[in-house]
Amino acid sequence: MHGYIIRRVLYSIVSLILLSMMIFCMVRITGDPAVLMAEPGAKEEDLQAIRREFGLDKPIVVQYVFFVKSMLRGDFGKSIYYRIPALDLYVQRLPASLLLASVAMILSLLIGIPVGIFSAVRINTWFDNFGKIFAILGLSLPSFWVGLMLILTLSVYLNWLPSSGADGWKHLVMPAFSLGWVFTAAHMRLTRSAMLEVLGSEYIKLARIKGLSERLVIAKHAFKNAVIPVLTLAGINLVLMVNVAVVVETVFAWPGVGRLLYEGISFRDFPIVQTTVLMGGVMFVGVNLVVDILYAYIDPRIRYGN
Amino acid sequence: METSQAVATSETFAAQSFELTRWKKILSTLQRAPIFPLLILAALVCTAVSADFIAPHNPEVGNLRYRYRPPVWQDRGTWEYILGTDHMGRDILSRLIFGSRISLIVGITAVVFAGVVGTTLGILSGFLGGWVDQVIMRLTDAWLALPAITFAILLAVLVQPSKWNIVIILGIVYWTRYARVVRGEVLSLKERDYVRLATVAGCSQARIMWTHILPNVANSTVVIATLQLGVSIIAEATLSFLGVGVAPPEPAWGLMLAEGKSGLMAGYWWLSVFPGLCIMLVVLSANLLGDWFRVWSDPQSSQLSPVVVE
Amino acid sequence: MTEPLLDIKQLRTYFVSAKGTRVVKAVDGVSFTLDEGETLGIVGESGSGKTVTSLSILRLLPPAARIVGGEIWFAGENLLTKSEREMQRVRGSQMTMILQDPLMSLNPLFTIGEQIAEPLRIHRGMRGHLLADRIKDLLRNVRISSPEVRMREYPHQMSGGMRQRIVGAISISCEPRLLIADEPTTSLDVTIQAQYLNLLKDIQNRSGLAMIFITHNIGIVARMCDKVAVMYAGRLVERAPVRTIFNQPAHPYTEALLNAMPKLTDKTERLWSIEGQPPDLANLPPGCPFSPRCPKAEDRCHREVPPEYQVGDQHFTRCWLWERR
Repeated sequence: MHGYIIRRVLYSIVSLILLSMMIFCMVRITGDPAVLMAEPGAKEEDLQAIRREFGLDKPIVVQYVFFVKSMLRGDFGKSIYYRIPALDLYVQRLPASLLLASVAMILSLLIGIPVGIFSAVRINTWFDNFGKIFAILGLSLPSFWVGLMLILTLSVYLNWLPSSGADGWKHLVMPAFSLGWVFTAAHMRLTRSAMLEVLGSEYIKLARIKGLSERLVIAKHAFKNAVIPVLTLAGINLVLMVNVAVVVETVFAWPGVGRLLYEGISFRDFPIVQTTVLMGGVMFVGVNLVVDILYAYIDPRIRYGN
Repeated sequence: METSQAVATSETFAAQSFELTRWKKILSTLQRAPIFPLLILAALVCTAVSADFIAPHNPEVGNLRYRYRPPVWQDRGTWEYILGTDHMGRDILSRLIFGSRISLIVGITAVVFAGVVGTTLGILSGFLGGWVDQVIMRLTDAWLALPAITFAILLAVLVQPSKWNIVIILGIVYWTRYARVVRGEVLSLKERDYVRLATVAGCSQARIMWTHILPNVANSTVVIATLQLGVSIIAEATLSFLGVGVAPPEPAWGLMLAEGKSGLMAGYWWLSVFPGLCIMLVVLSANLLGDWFRVWSDPQSSQLSPVVVE
Repeated sequence: MTEPLLDIKQLRTYFVSAKGTRVVKAVDGVSFTLDEGETLGIVGESGSGKTVTSLSILRLLPPAARIVGGEIWFAGENLLTKSEREMQRVRGSQMTMILQDPLMSLNPLFTIGEQIAEPLRIHRGMRGHLLADRIKDLLRNVRISSPEVRMREYPHQMSGGMRQRIVGAISISCEPRLLIADEPTTSLDVTIQAQYLNLLKDIQNRSGLAMIFITHNIGIVARMCDKVAVMYAGRLVERAPVRTIFNQPAHPYTEALLNAMPKLTDKTERLWSIEGQPPDLANLPPGCPFSPRCPKAEDRCHREVPPEYQVGDQHFTRCWLWERR
């Protein structure tokens, strides 16, 4: 098992290295990095100063080393607009995004798991068909449109909920719902298929042979086994949510890292964009690694074998 | 001799165990075909193709005297602008019609591009094995280190907003979806007898890949492609919404949603509802079609498609 | 003469495909009896209907299957008239089943102790120390050492043989009157098979429970069973006491099965196998289902299904060749 863990860690490191190289190359291929780092309308002298500061006039390899070294130091450049280090900005905004993502995740699990279980248990009935429609709708509606529609109905027409800001739980409802929407459908489908697989297994048959009531069979034996895949996916999806929340946070003006990214885009503030994307990637690789290692502990085949 | 609900009558089963006539077989296939999605997608294609003829107004130039008009059934609405106008007096209906062109073109080309690249790399990786496989697999891992949308945004920020840039970006971002699945299939196809025979007979690797492997993975590729169509359209809408996709004044649906956002609090609902509805209809149809196709081509697979949330 | 413990009369269980187009007659008119303490062996190829018969008795059929006819009398009651709730009280306490794959039968997330405790809790209402003691007793009965330790362990920590014994312990926990064993040794190592069979025999001797042994292995039947029922394509083609089956098989299929078993005393070098293909249960030919492959088939065999004829004491067969009376 230790071999497995070491390999996984190595893979993650390689992924991160490749990720940084990708960003590095993309930036240089598509234009002049100095221009990206400078204020709009900067003069040539300013650009030269920037080039010297970031070592952009040195050979590519040196540039890359410089790039990596500064990242490892935590220096992701300074935001052009805010004039503070971009990483600081990111860290400042991260809690808000995590809060939003957590609430969205809880919502999606609270709705998705029971619906998935019921759909599997009552397979091919009207409930199951309703579940399938719900699942496809979840994939087909862009989250920001859901958000806009929610604002339209609940804010503009009914005036129940505020449409922007982050001052209280009321501000959390609509963004969490919009963000969690797609994931609810995904969790529902995963639970359903996991449940179906479990229901067909031999130990469920044995549970019935023992004379357990159907309710006990499902609630005790089937449920536990079926939610394992969903919960492991939930961890990864949480980080995914933080990353894709950019549109929802924009629609609702939620002060998280997604909105930060949007600001970076609108203000042409490349350091912010680069930081947000990189950090998002790092977190994503990190959580995947953690989940894989956790699995190594849970799955007896990896634990005892190989 | 009582037997209760546990026992069905054998007559019921006797009635059911007849042979299906040919006609009934054809009918049942037709019944299960996804009429609704096909109709929608056909309508989309027709609209896109005939946009110049059926759109009542110019989608990019508006009449400032008719700004923010609501749809015809509301106060201040007129029949001239059936679905209302936007902040520059442009007709929403015409914009939607021309927008279908953009969605269709971007969606299809992006899918084709990603599909070609992904399938090729998948076949090469699976068939050639060795270091080629390792390199491509590590590349895929690195690609998947970033969530697709984030990656797309990053690339989009670096270039000028435009339709074709989006196609390239989406192709760059989504090829991995195809590569992994295709590689898996190729790995098992490699062991098939006819492939081995071809190798023994002296066929070049390129020839084997082209004539034997490619047709067999085509099935999976098409399934992924149909499901990716919806994903691409939403991705394009997202990028346009954020301002890094299609550039104004082009009437991309995502862009219309972005422009409509500011009018929302003022109650100009038609700016946001209609473009979103269009996106939803098209993506829904693409997903339904993809799902049906997947089940039709491989009845073993479960009823709901794999869980990829991006 | 006392009533038999289990009396199956003309059981018919059919499977219907999802579209209602194909009907598979998995069990078609099967009848047999079983007395207290007896062991019946059901023998046949895969697809002959052995497992479906046992699932029908327990009424744990998959959704596509339906019992369409017959009666199942157990301890004086017709099981087919019982509600699901009543069946749940019968299952696990009066009749139980051992499945083929012990690893898959045990829930990987629960301890061994917990899984044995369940039927005791539900059917006997046992709790606390009494329950724990009983579990340890059961584990000792199936020859598992250090039961206190084992109780707290998980299935994947045990060997295949141990797991199957635990499944055995679960099934005898509430002292059932009937135990159905569906190929219980197929997934075990050959060395362990004999041990396990001895264990089952032991348990039976001590508790007097009746057993139904489902297998395709005639050797096991010879060791374990008092009487044998041979199934083919959903029908019972022969039933007889075990010695009779081996010494005087009446049905051509039974003969073929016995011939196919290689014996040490055989002088020939080729293995004997039954000609032809196994039957397609959705498209059975008219007449006797074995007729396409039967070396003694006559014209009538291909056209009409034979009824059951008595061949000797407690010996019955479905074959036109035995039509004498």
